[in-house]
Amino acid sequence: MQGPLIESLARQGVSRRTFLKYCATLASMMALPPAAGLAMAEAMAAARRPSVIWLPFQECTGCTESITRSHSPTLEGMIFDMISLDYQETLMAAAGHQAEEALHAAMKANHGKYLLIVDGSIPLGQDGAYSCIGGRSNLEILKEAAQGAAAIIAVGTCAAYGGIPKARPNPTGAVSVSDIVKDKPIVNIPGCPPVPVVMTGVLAHYLTFGSLPDLDDKGRPRAFFGETIHDRCYRRPFYDQGKFAKTFDDKGARRGWCLFELGCKGPVTHNACATAKWNGGTSWPVESGHGCLGCSEPDFWDAGDFYKALSVPAHPPTSVVAASVVGATAGAAAGFANRAKKNAARKARQPITVADLEK
Amino acid sequence: MNELQFLTWVRGPGLDIAVGIFLLGTVWRLFEIYTLGRRKDLAAPRRAAGASGLHTVFRRSLPPHGMLKRAPVSYIGGYIFHIGLAVIVFLGAPHIMLIANLTGLSWPGLPAQFIGLATVMTMAAMLAMLVDRINKPAKRFLSTFEDWFVWAVTFLPVLTGWLAVQHLLLPYTTMLALHILSVEILLIALPFTKLFHVFTLFGSRWHNGSANARKGVPV
Amino acid sequence: MSASLEKVTQTLKEVIDAPIASYFESCVHCGLCAEACLFYTETGDPKYTPIHKLEPLRRVYEQEFTLLGRLKKLVGLSRPISDDELDQWQELVYDSCTLCGRCSLVCPVGNDIVYMVRKFREGMAVSGHVPEGIRSAAKRTVETGGPMGLKWPAVANVLRKAGEATGVTIPVDQEGADYLVLLSSMEIVNYPEYIEALAKIFNKAKISFTVASDAFEATNAGIQIGSSDLAKVIVSRIVDAAERLKVKYVLSPECGHAYMAIRWEGPNLIGRPFTFEVVHVLELLDELRQKGVLKMKGKLKDPLILHDPCQIVRRGGVLQAPDALIRQVAENYIPIADQQKWNWCCGGGGGASAIHTEEAEALRARVFQIKKRQIEEAGVGTMVTFCANCRITMEEGLDHYEMNTKLLGLTELLAEHLED
Repeated sequence: MQGPLIESLARQGVSRRTFLKYCATLASMMALPPAAGLAMAEAMAAARRPSVIWLPFQECTGCTESITRSHSPTLEGMIFDMISLDYQETLMAAAGHQAEEALHAAMKANHGKYLLIVDGSIPLGQDGAYSCIGGRSNLEILKEAAQGAAAIIAVGTCAAYGGIPKARPNPTGAVSVSDIVKDKPIVNIPGCPPVPVVMTGVLAHYLTFGSLPDLDDKGRPRAFFGETIHDRCYRRPFYDQGKFAKTFDDKGARRGWCLFELGCKGPVTHNACATAKWNGGTSWPVESGHGCLGCSEPDFWDAGDFYKALSVPAHPPTSVVAASVVGATAGAAAGFANRAKKNAARKARQPITVADLEK
Repeated sequence: MNELQFLTWVRGPGLDIAVGIFLLGTVWRLFEIYTLGRRKDLAAPRRAAGASGLHTVFRRSLPPHGMLKRAPVSYIGGYIFHIGLAVIVFLGAPHIMLIANLTGLSWPGLPAQFIGLATVMTMAAMLAMLVDRINKPAKRFLSTFEDWFVWAVTFLPVLTGWLAVQHLLLPYTTMLALHILSVEILLIALPFTKLFHVFTLFGSRWHNGSANARKGVPV
Repeated sequence: MSASLEKVTQTLKEVIDAPIASYFESCVHCGLCAEACLFYTETGDPKYTPIHKLEPLRRVYEQEFTLLGRLKKLVGLSRPISDDELDQWQELVYDSCTLCGRCSLVCPVGNDIVYMVRKFREGMAVSGHVPEGIRSAAKRTVETGGPMGLKWPAVANVLRKAGEATGVTIPVDQEGADYLVLLSSMEIVNYPEYIEALAKIFNKAKISFTVASDAFEATNAGIQIGSSDLAKVIVSRIVDAAERLKVKYVLSPECGHAYMAIRWEGPNLIGRPFTFEVVHVLELLDELRQKGVLKMKGKLKDPLILHDPCQIVRRGGVLQAPDALIRQVAENYIPIADQQKWNWCCGGGGGASAIHTEEAEALRARVFQIKKRQIEEAGVGTMVTFCANCRITMEEGLDHYEMNTKLLGLTELLAEHLED
């Protein structure tokens, strides 16, 4: 499938008009000026397909599922047509040595120019033995692949921040891509899994402008992660009015009231779910009646109970009884000492006489 | 530590530490103070003290004769900020959640906009009280480091809570974590500063009320 | 630590109790007590803020009875008290505090500040940090029987004269009388009319009474100086006499602190409840009025206001009687805004009037402005009170401001208008 993207799109029944609309939408989601949509369409339509290498480490394939299993045909899926995905274990036909050869061939041929996509965290425990491909540890593979990469896109919370493998007690010693690679531009696209359009949006931006989009302090594209779920949530008015669902099947839940009290992490979660939605814009977690888990934030797994409101303690205070007992004991001891001191003062004191009034 | 980890810390270990020190300090200090005892008054009372101590506990919440005019900022500001704090703490939805989580008791809250208004009024009153502390000779004269410190420690939870809700200055997560942290600092400071008046005030008013009631004077 | 400082801390350790601890822990430095203190309102000097007058006591409490205070002392965050400091505080605790107790009524956290000043004086007294005037008054009371050095023969003389003037013999040391009448030196010397009035009223009401030759003096400079030991010596004389003469009641004279000393402090000083009742003269008079024994003729026409002495009204609990009684004899009695328990002190209570240093007298004159304002705002030429000490202090004040306001004693006024 060589040649400009627009042709392959046309072959699959996607009109130029539809493609333009898609680009305009993408541009607006990324908060680019309206003209950027057209520029994007033109650039992408004419784009030569850059080589992309996708390395999977400690992952569950959920990220790949998310991006490829959107429906067919979707424009997000189509975008993959404009890149040359030279290595993707789940998708590629080749296996074994053949596959490894393909990887090395691509890395060599496009040295310094290819995009490296990583999903999954990198285990450092036991010299990386927890996850190996072809007898080589993820760490080794990543270091090698990163060397010739133009940029790295860490897809999913595992690659971006360590994700679930890094959750306490982190038995494999999992770390994120940015913990290993320090000398390449890295874009984090967290989410468990990430929103497909974010992934393609970043690719589109790269193809259009030849650069990576503006990132926040956690390496995430501001365009998609600039606001919290809570800020853009359609249930937000209920929060402001103090209307909360108390259980998943009460009146409030049925009326679509705010899920804050049921543990929604929307207020502290930066992601595009509330605007981009999932499954082709069908719905998203809060809309389907479940609070946000905060999956696009670092260490979300260890950020307290999913079903506990943000304003309540992560766990019941453990110090209550001990502190009260110690306090009472210390206080009673101080009380005894004080009483003894007062009694001693009373006993020792001589009644004063007028003579004592003189200094 | 990123902000979510910070938030998780203040919601977990941080809270444990703060609640622990608060409880330990409070129980210990209450013992320390009230075990000192008092000598029985042997003078025949004009009338039995009865519930006069309790009366004084309530009566002292109103400005005494002529005092509102003499110190309007202290009284009006004091009312607004004490009532404001109570409204925010006991009628703000997230705070009711917290209380429900800790005690199992729950009641309906007020809309967020109303709590926001109460917060702004509380902060305004506290700022007025601060200016009054600087301006009024007797207040300024009495003020020590502790007074300024305690003011700040009380003001910060209100400010950070408001900033967090309004999405100002810092990202919500960081601000929320700072808000909880500031409350934890307040909890830790409470037993060891003049903030302890939240407990001893009842004992003080009671002692004063019952002692004077024996003489027949409602105070 | 010097021997005298050791005595101070020892005494303070003994007097500091749970209420004092609670009061210090409750203080939020709001400064409202200053607004209730005439020494602050009239001078504007913040050092007169009542709670500040207790700073050394607070530190002793903190350093002796709290763990944190001990730590603070250890690392130098809390200074130990010193003789110099107590010297400095003498003025605050004696010259500029009349134990009027107005601050105790306004403190928003409920602190009984005057209770603490009274206790703090215990420590000041044992170390001699007391003004000369009060010291000598206390010495005279203990050594000779009264603060003015008045001895019995002189008193007997005054009583005899009063008997002659009224035609009522005043019984002395008469066992089984209903009332043991106490007097104050100030009244004996300056207002003998009080004694005459009392004799007339007792006679009219057919109540038996007596004066004790060894316990005629009601005032108690031991209370003013703040020494329970000395106060006990003085009050014991009255208790002994009352028990020896088997009286039912001991009648306190108008004098404010005398009433406080015998009525409220007395049983606590001797460590047991009294076997007799202590009655303030106005309480008795009001009771007689209610029984219809006290009948008045003619009324004073001059517009007048009442000055409620702190120790009798606000701190003594004689709240209603004065108002009821003044209405019996005054046609134009004008109740003032700050009256009864809210009245402002004359400026000379709690022993302050006995301090005759130049500064103390100037300060008293200065704070008298509040009384001056009350008189002027009411637009009256007469003020009635019922405490010899208030009267002396206010007369000095009136002289100072060259006012020609007439000061009258309530009991005397009642006696003048008594129906024969």
